[in-house]
Amino acid sequence: MLKTTKAPTGIAGLDEITGGGLPRGRTTLLAGGSGSGKTILALQFLVNGAQQQGEPGIFVAFEETPARIVDNASTFGWKLDELQQQGQLYFMDAQPAPDLVQSGTFDLSGMLAALGAKAEELGAKRIVFDALDIVLALLSDPAAQRREIYRLHGWLLAHEMTGIVTLKAASDHGAIGQPFGFVQFMVDCAVILNHTLVLGVSQRNLRVQKYRGSSFDENESPFLIGRGGFEVAVSRTLGRGQAEVTNERVSSGVDRLDTMLGGGYYRDASVLITGFPGTAKTTLSGAFAEAACARGERTMFVSFDSDSNEVIRNLGSVGIQLDRFVENGTLHMISARTITGSAETYLVRIKTLAKEHRARCVVVDPVSTLSKTGNELTAHSVAERLIDWSKAEGITLVCTSLLDEMSSQSEAGSPLQISTLADTWIHLNYLVQAGERNRGMSIIKSRGTAHSNQVRELILSDTGITVTDAYTAGGEVLMGTMRWEKESAERHAAEVAAVTARLQNVKLEAEQAELEARIKALEVELAAKVTEKAVLARSAEVHDLEVSLGRDRMRELRGSDVTPEPAGVTR
Amino acid sequence: MTPDVFSFRLYIAGDAPNSLQAIANLAQLCETHLPDRHEIEIVDVLLDPKRALEESIFMTPTLVTDSPYPGHRIVGTLSHTEPILQILGLGAAQRRTFAGLKERDSAPQLRRPC
Repeated sequence: MLKTTKAPTGIAGLDEITGGGLPRGRTTLLAGGSGSGKTILALQFLVNGAQQQGEPGIFVAFEETPARIVDNASTFGWKLDELQQQGQLYFMDAQPAPDLVQSGTFDLSGMLAALGAKAEELGAKRIVFDALDIVLALLSDPAAQRREIYRLHGWLLAHEMTGIVTLKAASDHGAIGQPFGFVQFMVDCAVILNHTLVLGVSQRNLRVQKYRGSSFDENESPFLIGRGGFEVAVSRTLGRGQAEVTNERVSSGVDRLDTMLGGGYYRDASVLITGFPGTAKTTLSGAFAEAACARGERTMFVSFDSDSNEVIRNLGSVGIQLDRFVENGTLHMISARTITGSAETYLVRIKTLAKEHRARCVVVDPVSTLSKTGNELTAHSVAERLIDWSKAEGITLVCTSLLDEMSSQSEAGSPLQISTLADTWIHLNYLVQAGERNRGMSIIKSRGTAHSNQVRELILSDTGITVTDAYTAGGEVLMGTMRWEKESAERHAAEVAAVTARLQNVKLEAEQAELEARIKALEVELAAKVTEKAVLARSAEVHDLEVSLGRDRMRELRGSDVTPEPAGVTR
Repeated sequence: MTPDVFSFRLYIAGDAPNSLQAIANLAQLCETHLPDRHEIEIVDVLLDPKRALEESIFMTPTLVTDSPYPGHRIVGTLSHTEPILQILGLGAAQRRTFAGLKERDSAPQLRRPC
């Protein structure tokens, strides 16, 4: 038996869930309630098949006129008219006439024969039967309905066409009520669409119910009908889509912070900045955006809190000038405050906009907005996927997240629990001391980076952001005025000490000089004494000589015959 | 008032049982109600699918009336003759009216107020 090959739907997400697309040459059931997006998904399957795979397709419309379908789908930019002219797409209007007269039983052979001829003419590979239930309802009994379904199935197999049959589901859970329940058993693949409200927020989900001969992602995946049609959000499955890892660093926009992080954020990192309101989260992310733009990288700044112009003005007050980058088109500011919808909507909008802008750096401020408006259940996975997506695209993502419990000083994590997923987590908090509230910044984690463990003080001024060492004294971290006081006291003490030392030095030098002078004087005196002593000795000798000479002279004069005694003894 | 000739096109799918039945039923109907006043064209969609496409014939068998009341479509084996006869202006109501015209005096008793 042939291995099941797959016909890619070209819908990002759906192809991943099904592991490559719908079963080629087989029938896929697409069931869902009203307004669940069956027709759009089916039509997109044909459009993508024609445009991307070169597989012409036929759309059999039982419920709406082709003109209306084309009209409705015109907003997606699918160029349906062009495709029809090129013979890549054919719409068959198979609506039963409202005044159709029925007399006895009938079957769909006529339609299939006609379709067969058309398919051969176009070389069609894909076919959609939209709202088959309409025509099935005309059939008198369940047996006849079943027979026609099997006829259709057999025809698809015989023509080796990949088919989608859409049916209305009675409930939102995709259960197809009788009499069409057996369709689910007949087809090779079944996809269920539903549309529910979670706490008043619309949530669309897609689920592959069965897929013969293939593994698939069995969970419900949220989807969205966006500007380009269908978009399915998938959580990345294991062992797939590993993005390339890089060692490149990008600046955080604050010099000292770069140093603290060992050079900056990683290029493909997702950075989480948490903190209470007013701890300069936006400012820090703004600094990153400015640095990215200054490097010439296309950047997108999504603000959920304030209007774009407000953000620019506010950041301008701390020396972060973003307006010039907005003007030259490097920076795309998005104010998402007005968008309401599910977390999914946000994610898909962000992805689409980033794609359009070809952004390399994305700032989401704050990402905790995703958990608002009844989205707690899905927001976590959305935040996860936001990170996964940015990694896959090699985008540097900076998210801020509000910690909503003012009382808690703990750093237990952001409401979305993405702190475990983020590569770098910077926490900002207030330190209240001596009547002051100062901003402290610490790096809680930074994967793959040697980073400083010290709490620093974040100082905002009109020239920009500076990070200073906090003053640690007696196990306490001092910030703001207390740090300044401590520092100034220290400076003062140091000066006093320096002066004292200089004084001491001078004094010692004086003493030394004095001692040296005294040594000199004594030396002189010593020399004098030595000389005196020598003179004295000399004079004694002379005297002795004189005496001895005198005695000899006297003896000569006296004419004595006595031998003269030694001179020394005489004296 | 009734036209001379009724012309029909019957779209069938090969020798499918319901198609054969439709042919038989149509022949029967014409013989009973329109003897010598009918024309029938039988189109096999399996042999001529293009034509089915052009005519938007999606269900077989389908009977299309060409004249005198063109554009009517009757889907099915034509086993219930009454709806077909109505379309052709030969329904029970019309037949009764004809009868009423001939015996007007005795017919409208029900309408009389009490």
